[in-house]
Amino acid sequence: MDSLFHNLTRLAASGVLVLLAAILFSLIKGSMPAIHAFGFGFLISPDWDPVTDRFGALIPIVGTLVTSFIALLIAIPVSFGIALFLTELSPRLLRRPLGVAIELLAGIPSIIYGMWGLFVFAPLFADHIEPWLNDHIGPLPYIGPFFSGPPMGIGILTASIILAIMVIPFISAVMRDVFDVVPVMLKESAYGLGSTTWEVMMSIVLPYTKVGVVGGIMLGLGRALGETMAVTFVIGNAHELSKSLLNPGNSISSALANEFTEAVGDLYTASLVELGLILFFITFVVLSLARYMLYKLGQREGKVS
Amino acid sequence: MNAANHATPRIVVKDLNFYYGKFLALKNINLDIAEKKVTAFIGPSGCGKSTLLRTFNRMYQLYPQQTATGAIMLDGDNILDKHQDLNKLRAKIGMVFQKPTPFPMSIYDNIAFGVKLYNNLSKNDMDERVEWALKKAALWVEVKDKLKQSGMGLSGGQQQRLCIARAIAVKPEVLLLDEPTSALDPISTAHIEKLIDELKEDFTIVIVTHNMQQAARVSDYTAYMYLGDLVEFGDTSTVFTNPKRKETEDYITGRFG
Repeated sequence: MDSLFHNLTRLAASGVLVLLAAILFSLIKGSMPAIHAFGFGFLISPDWDPVTDRFGALIPIVGTLVTSFIALLIAIPVSFGIALFLTELSPRLLRRPLGVAIELLAGIPSIIYGMWGLFVFAPLFADHIEPWLNDHIGPLPYIGPFFSGPPMGIGILTASIILAIMVIPFISAVMRDVFDVVPVMLKESAYGLGSTTWEVMMSIVLPYTKVGVVGGIMLGLGRALGETMAVTFVIGNAHELSKSLLNPGNSISSALANEFTEAVGDLYTASLVELGLILFFITFVVLSLARYMLYKLGQREGKVS
Repeated sequence: MNAANHATPRIVVKDLNFYYGKFLALKNINLDIAEKKVTAFIGPSGCGKSTLLRTFNRMYQLYPQQTATGAIMLDGDNILDKHQDLNKLRAKIGMVFQKPTPFPMSIYDNIAFGVKLYNNLSKNDMDERVEWALKKAALWVEVKDKLKQSGMGLSGGQQQRLCIARAIAVKPEVLLLDEPTSALDPISTAHIEKLIDELKEDFTIVIVTHNMQQAARVSDYTAYMYLGDLVEFGDTSTVFTNPKRKETEDYITGRFG
């Protein structure tokens, strides 16, 4: 009886590995025609022409990486501020309601973010913020070209901001949790030397929790990379490579969501599958990094306490 | 209760009351802390000795529900005055805690951390200051070859001396020690006690301890506290050999607490 149970659980556990291997295998098998046709050139080619059967992944890869990067650029400081406020500054009474609100924010389905982005945020962005960016940041050297373009409301920047809003709850929740494990006495020691709250956070709390903080950021990045619905709504879905962040672009996941139904021909389908394989690879790398860092955090907590 | 009258008072506590929310934790405390002497606070757990210590650098200020009334005078300034610049105050009054709390950085940076907050020293001056503090804390010989290594890799006793070095590196006037040896083994404890004896040449020291022998060994003056009251305060030798109050005698002879 015991060995039966043993084998049952073993079966369930190995099922996960089999599933993972099967998905990976079918992705590789499905993308074989595209891999044969384009080789590594697929990764750096900006072509995407179903009529002549020329495909390249550069635009969606860039779109995915750029939107995720900008999303993190916005989300990290905001999340840090939220976590700092919740752990150090917030009155005790506010702490729980705010914490719950953040968790609720994390639970909102992504399609709702997408709808909100398309119907509410994008028009506001087009009417008020993009013209301002065009006028004030557009003329600046170096960064100007990124912020000049038609104020359409949808585009890479809009997608990045929606993504930022979506990952903030994740990153700030992890940051709050790891800030909470910093020993009170350690913080008091730093205050005791005459540090301000800011100095304590930057010099003591952040170095002490750096592994966990990075893990939280990686978790957010993982979500940003794979997010499909919300991005599809607001990114514009255009296979164009443009310097301007206000222009529409495309990401791997939204390209997949939009084009699978209309993909005709082996090469077209295979190219889409290869896009999926690339996304799988990118998120796999990011999530393993996150796991590894959280594992290091666990080790460290064990050592210190 | 100014048994320490014949020494120059460095800190004068007047009518101090302390509240955790509504709970009165210190009841009308009056005492003087003598300059360049060691004053020990003893008493059973919960008597308020640590609370009293934490009013001297207003550490309680981190927690909004904790309040203090009365006056604590240092250099003619009331520490409890709400216009008091807390960061400057805490640079003048160093503190060491129950457990070693090395910062997550190198040994050198641990010492330099507090100094950098207020002084802009050149590399050379900073090196000298770090060496000076580590020597004062009797740690220099053990760590001089590994200043760049993490302070968290030291032994418990070394970490605590590192914390003392860090506290004195900013050259405070007063050093608050909150049960500094409670997490240490007997040999490390002896090290620290010897150190306290040397440090009182330069600093006014206040130590909280639950170890009566330690209070008898290291302090010049002893305050016995019980349930938020200052029961007895005087020369350590008098308090331990000839206490005026029955409660003190019961506590130090181990019949109570």
